[in-house]
Amino acid sequence: MKFTTAIAAALLLATPVAAQEVKIGIAAEAYPPFASPDASGTWVGWEVDFINAVCAAGEMDCVITPVAWDGIIPSLTSGQIDVIMASMSITEERSKTIDFSGKYYNTPTVVVGPKGGDIAPTAEGLTGKIIGVQASTIHADYVQKYFAANAAEIKIYQTQDEANSDLAAGRIDATQADSIAMDAFLASETGMACCESKGAVADDPTILGLGVGAGVRKGDDALREKLNAAIAKVIADGTYDTITAKYFASSIYGG
Amino acid sequence: MRWGESPPVGPARSIAVQIMTGGALLASTLDLLAFSPPGWGSALLAGLVKSVLIALGAFGLGLLIGIGGAYGKLYGGPVTRDLLAVYTTIVRAVPELVLILILYFALTSSINNLLLTLGFERIQISGFVAGIAVLGVVQGAYATEVLRGAILSVPSGQIEAARAMGMPPLMLAWRVTFPQMLAAAIPGLANLWLIATKDTALLAVVGYAELTLITRQAASTTKAFFTFFMAAGLLYLTISIFSTLLFSRLEAWARRGQVRPGSG
Amino acid sequence: MPELPFQQSIATPEPTLTPGFWAPRRIVMAAIAVVLVLWCAISLNWSWLAVERYQVLILRGIWTTSWLLVVTMVLGMLLAIPLGLAQAAGPWWIAAPARAFCGLIRGTPLLLQLWLLYYGFGSLFPSIPWIRESAIWPILRQAWPYAVLALTLSVAGYSGEVMRGAFKGVPYGQLEAAKAMGMPRFTVFRRIWLPQALQRVLPTLGGETVLTLKATPLVATITVVDIYAVSSRIRQDTFVVYEPLLLLAIVYMAIAGVIVLLFRWLESRVPVKTA
Repeated sequence: MKFTTAIAAALLLATPVAAQEVKIGIAAEAYPPFASPDASGTWVGWEVDFINAVCAAGEMDCVITPVAWDGIIPSLTSGQIDVIMASMSITEERSKTIDFSGKYYNTPTVVVGPKGGDIAPTAEGLTGKIIGVQASTIHADYVQKYFAANAAEIKIYQTQDEANSDLAAGRIDATQADSIAMDAFLASETGMACCESKGAVADDPTILGLGVGAGVRKGDDALREKLNAAIAKVIADGTYDTITAKYFASSIYGG
Repeated sequence: MRWGESPPVGPARSIAVQIMTGGALLASTLDLLAFSPPGWGSALLAGLVKSVLIALGAFGLGLLIGIGGAYGKLYGGPVTRDLLAVYTTIVRAVPELVLILILYFALTSSINNLLLTLGFERIQISGFVAGIAVLGVVQGAYATEVLRGAILSVPSGQIEAARAMGMPPLMLAWRVTFPQMLAAAIPGLANLWLIATKDTALLAVVGYAELTLITRQAASTTKAFFTFFMAAGLLYLTISIFSTLLFSRLEAWARRGQVRPGSG
Repeated sequence: MPELPFQQSIATPEPTLTPGFWAPRRIVMAAIAVVLVLWCAISLNWSWLAVERYQVLILRGIWTTSWLLVVTMVLGMLLAIPLGLAQAAGPWWIAAPARAFCGLIRGTPLLLQLWLLYYGFGSLFPSIPWIRESAIWPILRQAWPYAVLALTLSVAGYSGEVMRGAFKGVPYGQLEAAKAMGMPRFTVFRRIWLPQALQRVLPTLGGETVLTLKATPLVATITVVDIYAVSSRIRQDTFVVYEPLLLLAIVYMAIAGVIVLLFRWLESRVPVKTA
């Protein structure tokens, strides 16, 4: 009797999921210019605006939920969130665990290093260098596969911002990340003073993926179709371009 | 469009902002820490409040588990004692970070699986509740040891006498054991409280927006790492100093009327 | 029992087999535990253990965790002894900074201290150009010195408190007697005060060592590759969620077990005066 009362009390603390509520997971770590918190705690950025637009187009009752980036897939599979829209690239490996919607942007991957110097975005150009990447990203996988043999060391960071700081501090010689995120860094004070882009890496779609898409649980086809329809609508009626124009000079939809 | 898990925006915080905007903004450092946006001061304080709330919840849950565990270890049957020994040993040997990761995902996942197989809907266990549950379980193991030691320090003759007089066990616990045990338990419990406040920082690794995570977000966004980490350190230190003072007052109150131990 | 001469002729009954540790309930619990372990070994996904790359990483991670623990405990205790002594016996202008230091370390989370040292000071490097040309740059560049520093300071802060109590707890009469005999102050410290203080707090120090072990996973957040970082890496590469965490828990329990046994052995070596 007491046991069931206790269970009931505990469950009261856990709110039941409202019927049509869709929890959209974003990374709790800042990833400007796609999603970063401002001083008042509101999240701003291209991806946040895009999520708002997609939810409006799909008439979904969305709740944006920041989740730790390296726990975001377990959060999805365990039901804490329903969709991942955290600049997650569509890759084969990930597709074994979760399903993806169609892509909603695709930008090249670049290597950034200190100004001057002899770094090039190839295995030869990174021989003996210390490379920093963010954990659980396609960049970490790419660097492990192509540069691990030549590089002196590969350091794994929890956020790209920390890798950027260490690049500015001189602790790492190069970092590989999405070109748009790195553009934001290179436009900042520290970035302008220390570093420059060394060019894009050779593409490998199996690792670098086919663009960024929204992740849903395996088999959740209804939600996936809804998202695809909403994304198509946002692109078709021009909202996509309006949002992109606020942040970037040209379209990021990619090929 | 609604937000989950972000710091509260509403009338309560704007009042706080109004009250505290009197702070002087001297250097650019203080600009960053300003209470109204674009300063991060109010975000940091909101994170601090969340940290303290989780610590309170975890400490409370730990105390409840600890009381049960202490009585179980002292007066329970042999199986109860062994099971409690396994519980305390595992929790005291495995790092909190690992426990938080295991429990945070395993707990929610298994509860949801259970509900799904029973035919119910999934439930959303908020990060707040999960954090309290996990940290509470960890605190419970330590609290068991602290309370067990404190109960053992109560002179057994008094308990025997009370039992001989026919005192019901609850009355015995409330009138005899509890007041005397309190004085011996408070230093250990004060330590546990401080551990609870600092362990909330580990929830940053699972992405819960308490003070340490917000500090890291602020530092990443503004690149002023030093400033924000120092500010967060000061906030934690304030809590720590305040708590220590509170607990020493509490201990003095609990020791009132007791025979002072001889100088040794 | 000493055997008296006239007792040899009395038949002593066979002693009953006392269960000792292995009472029936414990045997049942051990059996359940074995079944649980076997079930875990069979039904969970351990395929990643077979990959040679991960095996090398796991061993490397365990090694890193172990040497970090040993080095920081040794260095931390070396710092803690003067800190404890300063608080127990020093004049106010030495005791107060020591107490402030211990209070600072114990009042702030280790994670914050770690990030402050690594990222906080790291963000200052670009504005001090001559650091990159200096001889210590190869060391400042890497992450492990900051991990060692932060953990050492943490151990020193907590153990300093413990040593303060330990030094105060040694009966003052012994120190007075030694001083009266004309023993030099350092010899008093070396022969009487320090050994007895350490013996008193050996159990607590064992607990502190286990707590330091539990603090080592935090260094993974500043890119030091310890066993926790290896486990995270395996989880991210293979998307297996719980099994690497179980391995992690087992590794830490094993190391904690070794520490507990080590300190039990040390405590058994302490001469206990029997009345």
